Amino acid sequence: MKMTKLAAVLAATLVAAPAVAQDLHFPMLNYRTGPFAPGGIPFADGYQDYLTLINQRDGGIGGLPIRTSECETAYNTERGVECYESIRGDNPLILQPLSTGITYQLIPRVTADGIPLHTMGYGRTSALEGETFPWVFNYPANYWDGASVAINYLLEQNEDSLEGKKIVLIYHNSAYGREPIPTLENLSERYGFELVEVPVDSPGQEQSSQWLQIRRERPDYVIMWGWGVMNAVAIQEAANIRFPMDHFIGIWWSGSENDVVPVGAGADGYTALTFHGVGRDYPVYEDIQTYVVDRGMAAGNGDQIGSAVYSRGLYAAMLAVEAARTAQELAGHAQITAAEMRTGMEHLSITEERLTELGLPNFSAPFDVSCQNHGGSGAAMMQQWDADTQTWSLITDWIQSDRELIGELATADAAAYAAENSITPGCL
Amino acid sequence: MSDTVLFAMEAALNGLTVGIMYSLVALGFVLIFKASGIFNFAQGVMALFAALTLVGFQNGQVPFAPLINAIFGTSVHDFGFNMPSLLAIPATVVVMVGMAWLIERLVLKHLVNQEPIILFMATIGLAFFLEGLGDIMWGAEVKRLDVGIPQGMSGAVDDFTYNWLGYGFYLDTLNLWALVIAGIMVTALVIFSQYTKQGRALRAVADDHQAALSVGISLRFIWVLTWSIAGIVALVAGIMWGSKSGVQFSLSLIALKALPVLILGGFTSIPGAIVGGLLIGVGEKLFDFFMQPVIGGATENWFAYMLALVFLLFRPQGLFGEKIIERV
Repeated sequence: MKMTKLAAVLAATLVAAPAVAQDLHFPMLNYRTGPFAPGGIPFADGYQDYLTLINQRDGGIGGLPIRTSECETAYNTERGVECYESIRGDNPLILQPLSTGITYQLIPRVTADGIPLHTMGYGRTSALEGETFPWVFNYPANYWDGASVAINYLLEQNEDSLEGKKIVLIYHNSAYGREPIPTLENLSERYGFELVEVPVDSPGQEQSSQWLQIRRERPDYVIMWGWGVMNAVAIQEAANIRFPMDHFIGIWWSGSENDVVPVGAGADGYTALTFHGVGRDYPVYEDIQTYVVDRGMAAGNGDQIGSAVYSRGLYAAMLAVEAARTAQELAGHAQITAAEMRTGMEHLSITEERLTELGLPNFSAPFDVSCQNHGGSGAAMMQQWDADTQTWSLITDWIQSDRELIGELATADAAAYAAENSITPGCL
Repeated sequence: MSDTVLFAMEAALNGLTVGIMYSLVALGFVLIFKASGIFNFAQGVMALFAALTLVGFQNGQVPFAPLINAIFGTSVHDFGFNMPSLLAIPATVVVMVGMAWLIERLVLKHLVNQEPIILFMATIGLAFFLEGLGDIMWGAEVKRLDVGIPQGMSGAVDDFTYNWLGYGFYLDTLNLWALVIAGIMVTALVIFSQYTKQGRALRAVADDHQAALSVGISLRFIWVLTWSIAGIVALVAGIMWGSKSGVQFSLSLIALKALPVLILGGFTSIPGAIVGGLLIGVGEKLFDFFMQPVIGGATENWFAYMLALVFLLFRPQGLFGEKIIERV
């Protein structure tokens, strides 16, 4: 009799228990170890701290707490895929792997599993074609935008003419580093400058051959597509051969404190692109101090707050939260699914008013996402390093990329991908 | 002289100086392999750990500060003063010697008479452990390392070659210093091994473990000594490479540059490590210079291994290594 009662109570408990926990799962594919950890750690900290802020200050999104989980990829593509396999069954709402190599591997998987992938400023550029890549988003800017913005900046500096100029592209010899080449080749033909491509094998600890070649070429400008130790070594080598730092432009992944601090005074004047504001002079950082750091809940030890890559991680988290909020409004309920999150991302609208409300005035260029355009505004600014004050400062306003050209290239690339994978483009 | 010849000469000279930087890493491997037959997979991480410790001391950083703060709720970060390099370097040497003693105590002592592959596996474990320890002790952010060694284009070389050949060669002053430091280090190692009691004991162990034991040489002491010297060599390599790129975790990957050097020079020869480094350095720079227009550059990583592969086919013991004959 007692056993029957116990069984009945257990059965009632099981029936009464909720089938799914009431939370929003934002998994993080981080790299806090390995040679690329100096870039991976501040990004992960910024991402985590913003989500902690939303939980602590606002009680989550739409009343539901955000649940985070962390999987270490070490910037290794195979481990990134393993991480994906381990979390895909745990209702992930959005994935941000911070690696172009991992992104390329995940695109077919997330498409099959129906999980949104956000590759902010990295990954496959043609994924901005939302009809071919419905589950992949790369707003607010992509590599081709970066290449175009760099050339537009140089056009501004040279009275709208680059005729006869020589520009070197020094790049990480990987899928990531090779991404801007088609755009730069196209722009080279259009504007009449000579493009010299100089690859550097990963990790890029030793680059004397490359910089001897650059010294021989005597270029007018050098554009860098580097990551990790390659950046610091390149900037050091550029300083060694006395290349003018204000003629050396890094993509946003070559524009963090990690890249310039090791070089000391030699890095003074180095410039890089950025698709978000710099420094910590934004109200949101006061909230992070109050609700996260002062409560002992910071992801790191708090010394990265306001650094370039930390800010980028925070920005990525902010965009994920805003997309989830949009998804909740569209779905009419708080407990959204991955498919509803995707819809939210596709209807995301970042306005100046909203940025001000979030404590990030002028931090980002306003943009709208649509089914056709998963790529955002494509605008970026130029930042310059001051070695004395150890700070980045913005030296331009937003510079718009050549979206017409990028659209043409992206359409062609997406069409080839669709043909290879038997995809019929269209809105979901 | 044509531009091509001048550029090739410049590339070759740069290769020589870069090769010395590779040799600095390879020397640590040779020392340990010669004395104990262990291929120390952790040598690159030892260079990283030594450089992290040096910068930590220079910046007056409290070791394990994040861990201490997490456990005790404190907010300690630094001692409030910066240590000059002249003090920080000896302090780091003490740490490296202490580490050698601990490695002998906790790892090697328990693996006496084990197969070389077991000892090799132990050093793989050691590499992971040291990398994690360095992270916990000193943090993972990139740090600037400056011990006062100048770097940048050598004005003297530039002027001299310009006046002589009409084209100023570029040579990094840091690499020229590496040449001097490697020379001093090899001389010191030779004097130590030839003219000191401990050095002769070390050579005896390297020649024949059993015979050395039978005449009363303490194998355990020799292992501590060898790992201490390898730790100091790692510190020198860490300083030179860390000055170029900042101290960051990719510094451990410089070990990958040492492997082809060792295959060329031989695992048991100190001069071999130097000559191997020079050959790899010059070879990769000249290959890149001549082949870059044809195959597009970024050849250095694989060229060194290709050259090593050729050596493995025709002279597996390397240029100066001992030919190992195993009777069955």
